[in-house]
Amino acid sequence: MSSSKMPGWKSLPIGAAIINPPTSLEYKTGTWRTFRPVIDQEKCVRCRLCWAYCPDGAVMELEKEYVTKSGRKYSITYEINYEYCKGCGVCARECPVKAITMVEEGG
Amino acid sequence: MRIEIRWHGRGGQGAVTAADLYAQAAIMQGYYAQAFPEFGAERRGAPVRAFTRIDTESFIHDRYPIEEPDIVVVLDPMLARDPMIIQGLKKNGLYIANSKLSPSELAKIIGRTDINIKIIDATRIALEVLKRPIVNTAMLGAVAKLVPIVKLEYIEKSIQARFEARLAQLNLEVIRRAFKEVK
Amino acid sequence: MGKMVGLNGNYAIAYAVKAVGPDVIAAYPITPQTAIVEKLAEFVAQGELDAEYIHVESEHSAMSAIVGAAAAGARVFTATSSQGLGLMYEILFIASSLRLPAVMGLVTRAYSAPINIWCDHGDFMSAADTGWIQYMSTSNQEAYDAIIMAYRVSEDPRVLLPAMVSIDGFIQSHTVEPVKLEDDEEVRKFVPRRPREIRLDPDKPMTLGALGDPNWYYEFKMQQQVAMEESRRVFDEVASEFAKKFGRSYGAIDTFMTEDAEAIIVTMGSTAGTFRVAVEKIRKEGAKVGLITIKLYRPFPRDDIVKILSNAKVVGIAERDLFFGAAYPGYLFNDVATSLYLANVRTKLAGFIFGLGGRALRFSEAYEITKKVWSFAKGEAEIPKKPIFVGVRE
Repeated sequence: MSSSKMPGWKSLPIGAAIINPPTSLEYKTGTWRTFRPVIDQEKCVRCRLCWAYCPDGAVMELEKEYVTKSGRKYSITYEINYEYCKGCGVCARECPVKAITMVEEGG
Repeated sequence: MRIEIRWHGRGGQGAVTAADLYAQAAIMQGYYAQAFPEFGAERRGAPVRAFTRIDTESFIHDRYPIEEPDIVVVLDPMLARDPMIIQGLKKNGLYIANSKLSPSELAKIIGRTDINIKIIDATRIALEVLKRPIVNTAMLGAVAKLVPIVKLEYIEKSIQARFEARLAQLNLEVIRRAFKEVK
Repeated sequence: MGKMVGLNGNYAIAYAVKAVGPDVIAAYPITPQTAIVEKLAEFVAQGELDAEYIHVESEHSAMSAIVGAAAAGARVFTATSSQGLGLMYEILFIASSLRLPAVMGLVTRAYSAPINIWCDHGDFMSAADTGWIQYMSTSNQEAYDAIIMAYRVSEDPRVLLPAMVSIDGFIQSHTVEPVKLEDDEEVRKFVPRRPREIRLDPDKPMTLGALGDPNWYYEFKMQQQVAMEESRRVFDEVASEFAKKFGRSYGAIDTFMTEDAEAIIVTMGSTAGTFRVAVEKIRKEGAKVGLITIKLYRPFPRDDIVKILSNAKVVGIAERDLFFGAAYPGYLFNDVATSLYLANVRTKLAGFIFGLGGRALRFSEAYEITKKVWSFAKGEAEIPKKPIFVGVRE
């Protein structure tokens, strides 16, 4: 994969330093998924466990209001960042109220 | 001019420190000197050897144990009776021992007549002044008297640089007494 | 204007480090090095040195702390010997690969087993592949001066590599001899602080020590190799500036009576002094023998030795290590042989191994080695293909 277009030893920062973090944002891993987690906002109790467990930081905690059909009001909402979510499913597994389902990606 | 001294004692008597202090004094006087112990794990009571080389003119490049010393100094009266102690001591070399014997008695025991034997009762001086049998500074006093290379005043300076004031004062007393009493 | 004092090698290094003024010292005690860091701890405790002294539970941790502190831009120091260096081993590569200008005092000691606390060069030589610059001193003054120069060379932006400065265990570390101590202020002027662009800084975040996959790793090794080669030029500049400022001049090698020498001894470390005296003696007997002492082992001063050795008939390489299973079982021999081969010089080589585990090289033995090399030069004896093991019992 090493290509002549990549920077060579004369121009790279020394010591393998990555001087402009976070470069991992440039590396989109969302295409790796077979199953996609989908959060049912009605069932979600905003416990934050999915956010804590996600190994890729792909669960976003948004300051976005949500009111359930039964009238319960939340000031935050959890959503999945599908650009980076690898579909590992740990969020679905850990969710205490089974609000996350893994849905097959449509080819 | 080069002189080489080998010091013998038992761990705790201060042979290594004596070799060091004597070299420090020589350096203060403007000479080149080298002092080193026979390298090992230190154990109180075990036989210890240390070495001092002094050169009045140039840096000492030699890095090996002294095998044919000009002077042997023995800090321990029991070791002083061991003929192995003076192994390699040059003919007409100087043997300074901590002993209650006379030079002729000691000569008979170690069986050499071609060397110059001098005696100092360093244990007595140390016990009287320091109240402890640490005899190295007494031996330094004897060396100061018998070896006219490093002056007494520089040996005293090296003592003052090493010990805190009270201990330095006691050791200076030891040195001056040994300087007078060596025979 | 500095002062002349009697100091053992450990203290000479401690005083040099104090003069340079590190920010962080992390070390674990080990004979015969302990007195270096004891003295530094004392300097810190008494307020004579403003540094963080980190007590660690092993040499592995000591070197790790050094890497962390140096990565944050600190000036750092550690010291060790034999097994301690061995325990640091994996982190040594990290320090050099992250291009951290750490300085280490290495007091040479034989590797176990059997357990042995005395001098040989097995630890120093076997660390020659870790990417550290390596200086080996022959006197306590040289050790003091080498520490000062090492910081200056390592922190140069053209270099940024760690360095180890060695003294021989006991033979230097526990030997008192005159050392000229320069004024700390003058030393600090000679080794000014150079802020590094690449360092861990919360205000300007960057990543150090990340993965370098096959697409990237190779390039960083190339940079290291170039920096190692470049460090030699920087060393020469620093040494010449040091000579101007402090009046003592050093080269990557030291030569003694080599001008017309037909046989030349090449050696390293404190025993060079004994060989020097042996060469003086054999010269008086009419034998044209000279001496080269390698002071800078990495990067190896190949051009310097080639220039001198190409006029000799025989080179006697006397070293205090064993390079088990190598083409020739001595590290120094391999370096000398390669240097000469690359320059198309075919001076004959004779190897001597001595002093393993602190076995003293007596003067008579050093003299015998010089005599032997001279007899090879005169063609009176065949040079063996294997080293001559000096002083070993059969």
